[in-house]
Amino acid sequence: MRLDQRLIAGMIRPRTRVLDVGCGDGALLDYLFRNSGCDARGIEIDMKEVTHAVAHGLPVMHGDADHDLVHYPDNAFDYVVLQRTLQAVERPRAVLRQMLRIGRYAIVSFPNFGHWRLRVQMLLRGRMPMTTVWNTPWYDTPNIHPCTILDFLTLCRDEGYVVQQWMAVDEDGERAPWRRSIRLANLFGEQALFLLRRKDTPRT
Amino acid sequence: MDQTVSVNNLSHQHVTFPDGLHLDCGFHLAPVDVAYRTYGTLSARRDNAILVCHALTGDQYVADPHPLTGKPGWWSRMVGPGLPIDTDRFFVICANVLGGCMGSTGPRSLHRREDGVEEPWGTAFPAITIRDMVRAQKLLIDHLGIRRLLAVVGGSMGGMQVLEWTATYPDCVFAAMPIATSPFHSAQNIAFNEVSRQAIFADPQWHGGRYWECNEVPARGLAVARMMAHITYMSEAALTRKFGRRVRQEPGRGGVPGALFGEMFEVESYLRHQGSSFVRRFDANSYLTITRAMDYFDLGAEHDGDMSRPFAGTRTRFCIISFSSDWLFPTSQARLVARALNRVAANVSFVEIDSDKGHDAFLLDEPDFDRTIRGFLAGAAEHAGIA
Repeated sequence: MRLDQRLIAGMIRPRTRVLDVGCGDGALLDYLFRNSGCDARGIEIDMKEVTHAVAHGLPVMHGDADHDLVHYPDNAFDYVVLQRTLQAVERPRAVLRQMLRIGRYAIVSFPNFGHWRLRVQMLLRGRMPMTTVWNTPWYDTPNIHPCTILDFLTLCRDEGYVVQQWMAVDEDGERAPWRRSIRLANLFGEQALFLLRRKDTPRT
Repeated sequence: MDQTVSVNNLSHQHVTFPDGLHLDCGFHLAPVDVAYRTYGTLSARRDNAILVCHALTGDQYVADPHPLTGKPGWWSRMVGPGLPIDTDRFFVICANVLGGCMGSTGPRSLHRREDGVEEPWGTAFPAITIRDMVRAQKLLIDHLGIRRLLAVVGGSMGGMQVLEWTATYPDCVFAAMPIATSPFHSAQNIAFNEVSRQAIFADPQWHGGRYWECNEVPARGLAVARMMAHITYMSEAALTRKFGRRVRQEPGRGGVPGALFGEMFEVESYLRHQGSSFVRRFDANSYLTITRAMDYFDLGAEHDGDMSRPFAGTRTRFCIISFSSDWLFPTSQARLVARALNRVAANVSFVEIDSDKGHDAFLLDEPDFDRTIRGFLAGAAEHAGIA
């Protein structure tokens, strides 16, 4: 399991219902079931990953964030997780709304487009930035909705979501040291991880 | 013809339920025989049973040689010691469907008419539904002393039975695998069945369904029905790979130059073989009864048009499997079931296996399919607390 998945697992209370959207091979699901006794299920768009996960006994269905969340009832889950995918969905705002409709909490991670390396590349070279995180050329990238940490915070405020916890994470998934200043995190954090809740969901 | 006689004389392992069944059509059918086979050993806690539901032309001989054809069981590559449905671990049950012709009560069974004459039911056999088939299986499961099935597994019409099991007896099914199936028979599905039936009706040896009186069977009509249906089980790619446009000389006519049917495409020869071997083991009236049951199947309609309703509150673990080249029961139909289950937040896995073998892929060698079945059942067993 990736290190940032451990950070996500740390946000999830034991014996809760979890939907992992874009669950890949289901490593987080497996961890949550075995270590936290969670009822954890997944949605994955890549059929090879789905087959791999189901062949390991994990409840994963083929689907994607844009089209399949609408079919779930309200409050079906305690947590809905979206890992490193928000920037690649067709309608990020609608997906977040669905996540916080069917789940009481949403856990969202995404690569931060505000990272200093991207800013410097844009400024000095005048070209779309290419880094280890943003590593596909503009015409091939699936990341059609890049955003910065500050952009995301603005969206959460506009939509009325409460940010219960946030952290910056480096590419290896290690928690980055920018814990107090969101502006520094926006400059130096490669990935961002948020725990959101609806206003009517009590703080845990 | 002898084949009818030989079929009738076969004895199958079965249990008789004298009280019978109340059918969806309102008819009370009694007594009811359910013929079945089992494999493996039922655990002391009776918690390791897996029910396999067979398709339209299948039967209970899942994993041992067919008593008529001598061929290996229809799913012998899937069910057996060490296989994905592992009989070293699980107790596997398969019953011939109600309306079938391999020992369960069906159109070929004898009944006493109102005037006291005893004869086969034939076309007088009451219309049955997929749910009636499932009710008959439930009688068997109760008879075997099994309260909850670890899993119900089936492809095609077997998948319809799986769905019906979870809707009708939700507490009796811990895990369900509907494979290459649909929540209702589509207009296209019904259309194909109708052509099959018309082929049987058009056979001069059909005799209005009372063919046993003339000691005949509508072999030609049934064979044509099977040939047509068989095309729907395969993809274009599979047909092309298997046969292409290859031809062979028709024996006896090869010497006539320019004869219209002097040579035969291999695909024609294959279909004829499929047709002729089918009539040796299947009864035309059963074919009519069962295809009609499939046509009537509509899970949503049974629940006021809401396909989610039968699943409300379900605790069954589902694994829905479709095949990418199956155009008879396409992935879009399977997805309808998946979404109906999503609407009630059921525990559902959904996999489309990449295959070019068409609907028949569930009977053929597909490693990803095998892995999926094995893994899902292992996961179900773990969650059910079976070591």
